[in-house]
Amino acid sequence: MSVIAFDKALERFEPVLGLETHVELGTASKMFCGCATGFGAEPNTQVCPTCLAFPGSLPVANEAAIEATIRIGLALNCSIAEWCRFARKNYFYPDMPKNYQISQYDEPLCFDGYLDVEVGGQTYRVEIERVHLEEDTGKSTHVGGATGRIHGADYSIVDYNRAGIPLVEIVTKPITGTGAMAPEVARAYGVELREIMRSLGVSDVRMDQGSMRFDVNVSLNEPGAPWGTRTETKNVNSFRSVERSVRGEIERQAFLLTSGEKIIQETRHFHEDTGTTTSGRSKEEAQDYRYFPDPDLVPIAPDPTWVATLRDTLPELPSVKRKRLQSEWSVSDHDMESMYNAGAIDLVEATIAAGAPAADARKWWMGELARRANESGTALADLPITPGDVARVSELVASGSLNDKLARAALEGILAGEGSADEVIAKRGLQIADEGELLAIIDQVLADNTDAAEKVRSGKVAAVGALVGAVMKASRGKADAGRAREIILEKLS
Amino acid sequence: MSLIHKTAAELGALVASGEVSAVEVATAHLDRIEATEPKLHAFLHVDREVTLSQAREVDSRIASGEQLGPLAGVPIAHKDIFATRDMPTTAASKILEGWRPPYDATVTARLRAAGLVILGKTNLDEFAMGSSTENSAYGVTRNPWDLSRIPGGSSGGSSAAVSGYQAPLSTGTDTGGSIRQPAAVTGIVGMKPTYGGSSRYGLIAFASSLDTPGPFARNVHDAALLHEAFSGYDPMDSTSIDAPVPSVVAAAQAGDISGMRVGIVREFAGDGYQPGVIARFNDAVKMLESLGAEIVEVSCPSFDTALPAYYLIAPSECSSNLARFDAMRYGLRVGDDGTHSAEEVMALTRAAGFGPEVKRRIMLGTYALSSGYYDAYYGQAQKVRTLIARDFEAAFGQVDVLISPTTPTTAFPIGERADDPMAMYLADLCTIPSNLAGNAAISIPCGLADEDNLPVGLQIMAPVLGDDRCYRVGAVLEKAFEARWGGPLLKEAPAL
Repeated sequence: MSVIAFDKALERFEPVLGLETHVELGTASKMFCGCATGFGAEPNTQVCPTCLAFPGSLPVANEAAIEATIRIGLALNCSIAEWCRFARKNYFYPDMPKNYQISQYDEPLCFDGYLDVEVGGQTYRVEIERVHLEEDTGKSTHVGGATGRIHGADYSIVDYNRAGIPLVEIVTKPITGTGAMAPEVARAYGVELREIMRSLGVSDVRMDQGSMRFDVNVSLNEPGAPWGTRTETKNVNSFRSVERSVRGEIERQAFLLTSGEKIIQETRHFHEDTGTTTSGRSKEEAQDYRYFPDPDLVPIAPDPTWVATLRDTLPELPSVKRKRLQSEWSVSDHDMESMYNAGAIDLVEATIAAGAPAADARKWWMGELARRANESGTALADLPITPGDVARVSELVASGSLNDKLARAALEGILAGEGSADEVIAKRGLQIADEGELLAIIDQVLADNTDAAEKVRSGKVAAVGALVGAVMKASRGKADAGRAREIILEKLS
Repeated sequence: MSLIHKTAAELGALVASGEVSAVEVATAHLDRIEATEPKLHAFLHVDREVTLSQAREVDSRIASGEQLGPLAGVPIAHKDIFATRDMPTTAASKILEGWRPPYDATVTARLRAAGLVILGKTNLDEFAMGSSTENSAYGVTRNPWDLSRIPGGSSGGSSAAVSGYQAPLSTGTDTGGSIRQPAAVTGIVGMKPTYGGSSRYGLIAFASSLDTPGPFARNVHDAALLHEAFSGYDPMDSTSIDAPVPSVVAAAQAGDISGMRVGIVREFAGDGYQPGVIARFNDAVKMLESLGAEIVEVSCPSFDTALPAYYLIAPSECSSNLARFDAMRYGLRVGDDGTHSAEEVMALTRAAGFGPEVKRRIMLGTYALSSGYYDAYYGQAQKVRTLIARDFEAAFGQVDVLISPTTPTTAFPIGERADDPMAMYLADLCTIPSNLAGNAAISIPCGLADEDNLPVGLQIMAPVLGDDRCYRVGAVLEKAFEARWGGPLLKEAPAL
């Protein structure tokens, strides 16, 4: 596919973005029935007459899901509807049991909010059009055929466990004025949204399990001209992909526009391997969803005092919390952003809460542990180590029982699954040499290195490094290098 | 008198006193069904053994001292649109042929809990869409008064079963008149409770905002007993009303309507009404006056637009409700031979499984909800619905109940309107407004039309949650009529 380089594209066009985010709520039961919602159960074991759309079954709305949606709306500075309804979105698809999805149409539960995101030290306000509640579909697997889609498949199998899981859709208003930062802003918006969901505790927001997914809308226009025709890239399932899909679509559309072609309003599919999108169905042949209010359900009219209580009991939002922590920890904007991007803030905070000084907590997570996460290609938060472990190691270093090298070995042992910090230290014998041992080793080292000792004694203090090195070697890393240096200098003064 | 001619209340008392067993009562009715089904075809499914095992269980519950209520051991014919775990449930559609639900409808469960014995599942217009039971995929049901005529619809199997003495009670569902119109044309009592007063859980949906389960019986008191047995709040149905059921049985025994204000709706008159129907209606008005009621003429101008509004709202909802019949999880599956895609199997199954009237309404509703037409059709119909509810409110500000003929004509011959949907739709002219507004309405027999000697029904409409008023007025009128007729109207029906 022909594209125009990103920088060139941005010289001529301004992008307009729009993001639709689906978040599966972590409620114990489904949106309209009592079935469990756990991920990864045997196919078709978390189902009942209602979520399988058996004749005569009826939906009953899950109040916990309505509450979670209102809390999301409040966290995104939205107005909360005083009265709204569920609507049916009608279309046929084998993984949708009723062949309509219970969703919300022109009466969303939450509307007109915003979310501020920071990129490169600049704040972008993303306006939120609506936050509404709906149900998820089942999951189809199309076997055979070239495309993995239903057309041309040999057969299809459907798992209805996911059907009816509460799904919140968060829709932005068109995002303008981001220019060349568009891909980063899109990504930062997604990351910030995930942080908010986490702080609210409403979803596990596991993108790998599909509990958070994005549809990305992009259009281009020349400066001063009306907005261009948009495309919608569906089911973008990682933050990196959000960024890449925006970038790729800008490059693709810029090529078409500069070649005098028109952008077709269509849905597009994102390909992880190439970072490009391909055409799905165009809006001309798109479904008419024939929305109408669902007559099986009664309107939602949240009690204003209840909404006020939910507002008052919202947790501290991530952006506010970051400001507070930054000041408490006395770190620079840059360091804070690094921690944020690495997903280290909560971990550092928890490590401090477990007793570690701020600087040490940050040093371990952003240093040794970040390096190890990077090596193994996992997220920092997914490393098999707890903030408590890190705090314990940090404490042992501070008390002098571990030196830097031993501490690293302890962390390595914890990550290898050898147990807690203390267990690993015991098993591996990671204990710094005590004063008596150290004196004995130093005496031996001075006896074995008379030349170096003589240099120090004659005032060439720099030569002490070689002696300390020899002590470390002789102790097999267990000596406290600082203490060893002190003792050597004392003895040779 | 044989068991089959007794009222439900009498049968309940006999079983409770131990004079007869539930098994004996069930057997008598099963025998009657066996003898008369070749003529009536009221049932789609009867399983003697399943019914008798229910009866045996009721007998043992009574023997163990369980308090079961006044209808324990009384048999009932159950409309085949309610899910039943022990019997097939088809909605009279090929698309659900042989389907056995893994659950009971709330109405079914409450019948069982009250000790009623289910005789079988009764015929209906496919998915309750029709006014004659001719739209059943499994053959037409015949009217016991005249086997060449329709028993009404959609609950025609249930009305024929009760009027044909196959069962003392039956269930129905009323979306646009599907209980009241069959009751009227077969000379029995049929009640549409307040919408939300009886649970829709397990009732195969036609039009969700209109569907209302209700009772059929041969007299008002029996209908009230059945009404109380299965209605009331159900947490499984969000639209169910969380309020006590009006005491309809007490109302059916009240015995006095003097001083009540009864409204006659000016708009329910005109060309389409059979003279014999108008004559019997006028008799009922005079009778009410003689019983001490005050007659007031009221105007409900929006009622003239009820029929078109209904035929937009009901098909719109049905087009969505019936989308689930797609061959994927239950029911008929056509074309699954390895050469068709899932989408093709869906389309082939629906083409083969739905009858012409169901398809007509799905297409009507799909059109009415389409982008660009929604406001003009569905949206406009909803506004009309609001106006109709306001007309009722205004009328019930002046009167306690409203009355009208239940249906403009007596039972029409089978086949007469089968190819004329508009003529068929007119059968529900007087009943539809109460569905759109959700208020209570009952049909009771008010005599035979002079020109054809067929039963005429009187409709008594009451406000939302005013179900007791229907029973109070109905019971008093029934008593006065029966005194005049020298017994129930049904004694005039020919023996089968």
